[in-house]
Amino acid sequence: MTFWERNQLKIAPFFFLAPAILIFLIYVIYPIVDSIWVSFHEWNGMDKKGLRGNGEPNWKWVGLDHYITLFTDDEEFYVSLFNNIRWLVFSLIAIPIGLMLALFVNQKIVGMRYIKSLFYFPFVINAVVIGVIFTWFYNPKYGALTFVLGFFGLDPIPFLAEENLATYGIIIASFFPGIAYTMILYITGLTGVNREMIEAGRIDGAAGFTMLWHVVLPQLKPATLIAIVVTIVGSLRSFDLIAVMTAGGPWGSSEVLAYKMYQESLFNYRMGYGAAIATILFLIMDIYIAWFLYRLFKSEKTEK
Amino acid sequence: MKKLLTLIVIFTSTFASAGTLVINSNQSGESSKAAFDAYVDAFKAAHPEVTVVVNEYEHEAYKTAIRNFLTAEAPDVAIWFAGNRMKFFVDQGLFADVSDVWADAGLNDSMASTKGSLTVDGKQYGVPWGYYQWGVYYRKDLFDNLGLNVPKNWEEFKWVCAMLKKNGITPITIGTKYLWTAGGWFDYLNLRINGYDHHMKLTAGKMSYEDPSLDAVFDAWRELIDPGYFLEDHASFSWQDAQAPQINGEAAMYLIGNFYVPTLESAGVVDKMDFFQFPTIVEGIGVAEDAPTDTMHIPSGAKNVKDAKKFLAFMSNAEAATNWAKMAGMLSPNKNADKPENRFSVMGAKMLAAADDIAQFWDRDANPDMAGAAMEGFQEFMVKPDREDKIRARLEKERARIHGAL
Repeated sequence: MTFWERNQLKIAPFFFLAPAILIFLIYVIYPIVDSIWVSFHEWNGMDKKGLRGNGEPNWKWVGLDHYITLFTDDEEFYVSLFNNIRWLVFSLIAIPIGLMLALFVNQKIVGMRYIKSLFYFPFVINAVVIGVIFTWFYNPKYGALTFVLGFFGLDPIPFLAEENLATYGIIIASFFPGIAYTMILYITGLTGVNREMIEAGRIDGAAGFTMLWHVVLPQLKPATLIAIVVTIVGSLRSFDLIAVMTAGGPWGSSEVLAYKMYQESLFNYRMGYGAAIATILFLIMDIYIAWFLYRLFKSEKTEK
Repeated sequence: MKKLLTLIVIFTSTFASAGTLVINSNQSGESSKAAFDAYVDAFKAAHPEVTVVVNEYEHEAYKTAIRNFLTAEAPDVAIWFAGNRMKFFVDQGLFADVSDVWADAGLNDSMASTKGSLTVDGKQYGVPWGYYQWGVYYRKDLFDNLGLNVPKNWEEFKWVCAMLKKNGITPITIGTKYLWTAGGWFDYLNLRINGYDHHMKLTAGKMSYEDPSLDAVFDAWRELIDPGYFLEDHASFSWQDAQAPQINGEAAMYLIGNFYVPTLESAGVVDKMDFFQFPTIVEGIGVAEDAPTDTMHIPSGAKNVKDAKKFLAFMSNAEAATNWAKMAGMLSPNKNADKPENRFSVMGAKMLAAADDIAQFWDRDANPDMAGAAMEGFQEFMVKPDREDKIRARLEKERARIHGAL
């Protein structure tokens, strides 16, 4: 037997994994490391050896300066950070609504399949389209919301032009696809619910909310976990709706970290500063993902 | 993203070997693309020995792509904008000196009016192909109904606004969602109050935003903001959204560029519309206008400089120059070009010919970083004028960071 024949079972997996690992290294790991490296420099995105108009080099080491500026001297950074937190907290509202919808459509009624697909529809629409639709909806002059409010004799609410409301207006728009997605997660979860346990619960006198809380929900825990993770990651990445609906405005009040990063690096040509924001966003996500993986492994252990 | 764009640029330009002329264009709109194609065809007919390859980019994406392709894989000709936007790349050494094209093709004479905006340290770094005027586009029918005349000075302008407001018409429509429309207002107020030289000093970052000379500008602006002359909730409208009230006859005036005219034509209200020059505020200040200029440049990394210069020099061909500008809805910078026919362009050409100075526009004259921060401040001021001091202090801090202490 040759070396290959003897060891192919051990070696083959590495060959199969190699393309994926290579692509992962090039397109995920390298950009992360590179971004962190860039965040320690002042860079305008031009030739690294070149000079600026004022004689300064295009690429200059500044150490932790960007981070210090961010935390001590940039009001907009805190605005973005708090908006991210708002997104994180309020986008979770989509989950119970998704659950309610899932329970509602999980009935055996004629035509329910079509209703299900209608409820799922928003998730299939592109975020940019949703952003445009909601911008029209909120339009304080000709929008549907203004029309409805006017019907009840109320003044129009300029959701997207009001610094305290803009972020909430966008979050509500994000519910549209968010609820559809969590609903689908729960529908699949509900098909796996043990009928016998429900029967047993019924015999013990559980009904309505007690049944939901003590019998159904514990069995939906995996679906809930995924719904929370997807919603939180989605809320931290929120960008497209903001870009379409307010472009970060009015006067930057609806910016989040991802949007600020894009603004600083691609419009203001401050690649280093943008990279520093990206690094902070990365760290925030990292803390969360580490906690999540820890929880996941722990629960898997207890199940065994 | 950057790497990807670079790759795309490399791929698109690999099939272009020496002898071919590679042009990167941002003329992605329907009419602007047709206009550019016609110019390229005219050039091909005049120079059959040159093979032309055009790489077309979406207008907004071009603004980020240009930084990559100028350093990575430069085309032979790139379309761009005059003023500070050009100077940025000149400072980086990425645009080539084309003073010889100006001299050889007689552009020094035929394009004398726009020469300044293409000149850095006495050398020209590009050739203009079109420009357009800014000013107040107004509903003549609404003015006539109320017996209002075109305001010539600030007092008349405010009076017109007050009359319109009294009759339930929004005097001025504006959509500041994408900020630059607010930049136009600041441009005109400062140009009319402090004049061109002061304005250029400010856009160059050589003057404080807390300078007392700017108090009058913000005060004048407030005279329109406090009585509610601007469209309500303008921060939620794009410049296109803000057209609707005027087209519906609910708003009377719009300070905007001539690119507004095609919309008025397709909306069928162009016959009810007219144009007037932004009124005088301080007597004796030279008249300056915003007239953004679109340009062509030869990157320093161009391989086929010989043919690229032919392409730029072709702008001296009055017929081709006329066509390009006309089809794109602009004015030709070539003085030998045919006179425009569209009445708004005719008024614009006349107004600009009489102007003492021409500014490019806030976000083309100022450093991009500063321009963005400032326009955000202007937008905030237009909604929360009481925050003036805070806003100006913030802008001054930004200015000091970008341009250094005074």
